[in-house]
Amino acid sequence: MSQSVAIIDYGSGNLHSAAKAFERAALESGIASTIHVTSDTDVVRAADRIVLPGVGAFADCRRGLDAVPGMVQTLEEVVRGQGRPFLGICVGMQLLASRGLEYTITEGLGWIPGDVALIEPDDKSLKIPHMGWNTLHRQDDHPLLEGIETGPQGLHAYFVHSYALTPQRPQDVLALTHHGGPVTAMVARGNIAGTQFHPEKSQKLGLKLIANFLGWKP
Amino acid sequence: MTLKTRIIPCLDVKDGRVVKGVKFLDLVDAGDPVEAAKAYDAAGADELCFLDITASHEDRGILLDVVTRTAEACFMPLTVGGGVRKVEDIRALLLAGADKVSINTAAVTNRQFVKEAAEKFGDQCIVVAIDAKQVSPGRWEIFTHGGRNATGIEAVAFAREVVSLGAGELLVTSMDKDGTKSGYDLGLTCTIADAVSVPVIASGGVGTLDDLVAGVSEGHASAVLAASIFHFGTYSIGEAKAYMAEAGLRMRLD
Repeated sequence: MSQSVAIIDYGSGNLHSAAKAFERAALESGIASTIHVTSDTDVVRAADRIVLPGVGAFADCRRGLDAVPGMVQTLEEVVRGQGRPFLGICVGMQLLASRGLEYTITEGLGWIPGDVALIEPDDKSLKIPHMGWNTLHRQDDHPLLEGIETGPQGLHAYFVHSYALTPQRPQDVLALTHHGGPVTAMVARGNIAGTQFHPEKSQKLGLKLIANFLGWKP
Repeated sequence: MTLKTRIIPCLDVKDGRVVKGVKFLDLVDAGDPVEAAKAYDAAGADELCFLDITASHEDRGILLDVVTRTAEACFMPLTVGGGVRKVEDIRALLLAGADKVSINTAAVTNRQFVKEAAEKFGDQCIVVAIDAKQVSPGRWEIFTHGGRNATGIEAVAFAREVVSLGAGELLVTSMDKDGTKSGYDLGLTCTIADAVSVPVIASGGVGTLDDLVAGVSEGHASAVLAASIFHFGTYSIGEAKAYMAEAGLRMRLD
């Protein structure tokens, strides 16, 4: 039987290509999955896996998520309460933090305690946004990184962001990248995971990571 | 572990077709932008750029269809520019699957449009395309309409201004060099790259792989854009990456 994956649509950018990437990864990995792009809390409640994407500014995304009736409450119930596998992408990952400090202080979901703050590279010639392809440095083994070569010679992920989440608990950091200092690339805690980079835009690494998420049994 | 230099092939699209076509591979339809995009995706391009040069704004739907089909098939970043004048144009392109939208003339005629766009969609997806010509030593000015219309606006000050308004990246094209295959205008590229905090894409004039290297090492660009050397198969993306890596630049080779 096909599992269902809910990609939450709360008005933050294009989710069609993300959905296509999940469909492709499901097909290539042979994990039968039906992908729903949805703002319907019933669909989210019934889903086997939940994805929260997000592009743009932290406060805008938070506002957008809050504007979907019952969505935050539903996520609290099924992700935190029932332990449903969850993946946040880019600002969707940043929203897991306690607070976002972009433009103004905005409360996050608080699932991964920490702040989302401007990246301040120690080398001032480095550009912000951190935009382009960078490698991952894994802090721990994790099913989401299975079969993905990390380290300086490893595969690359596509990043585009100026702000980054720094978790209070170092053990919540699954992978780092570097841009004039360490930058959180992935977080994971129990059934909750997030990527600062865009797996749906990261070609080989991205499709593998999505496939790993589709098969993940936290 | 460091950010890699990006190679960005740029396709000129008119009425939904690639202008002049892409000849480096035996594509079933070399004039189909989606086919070309897939080929560049497979070849390891770091991003793709579509520049829409369709004259009529009414034919916008064709471009949106091309973007949608590309985003469904290629899991890599896509920038789309050409004729972006209103917030609705940006929204339509992003919804079709573009990751970044490039604003050119509209940024010159209405600086506030950049601010409005960045606030609405985030800095990271707003690229401002700067077309400049040298007017005297060390001075470049903005030109619009493919280099035909002078504006008298000094390019470096303009670059600083649009970045302060929220542009997340600058695509800097030398109208003196474009189409000459004599290399980027390194003075222009370097002056702007050193003046702003955001990444700069060098554009206009690439003829050899050394030109790509110089765009980064001397022009201080974060990414290099080229069209004909890739489309006509003079060099492959792989050859370009290997050459640039050999020259000491950090490239993504996976």
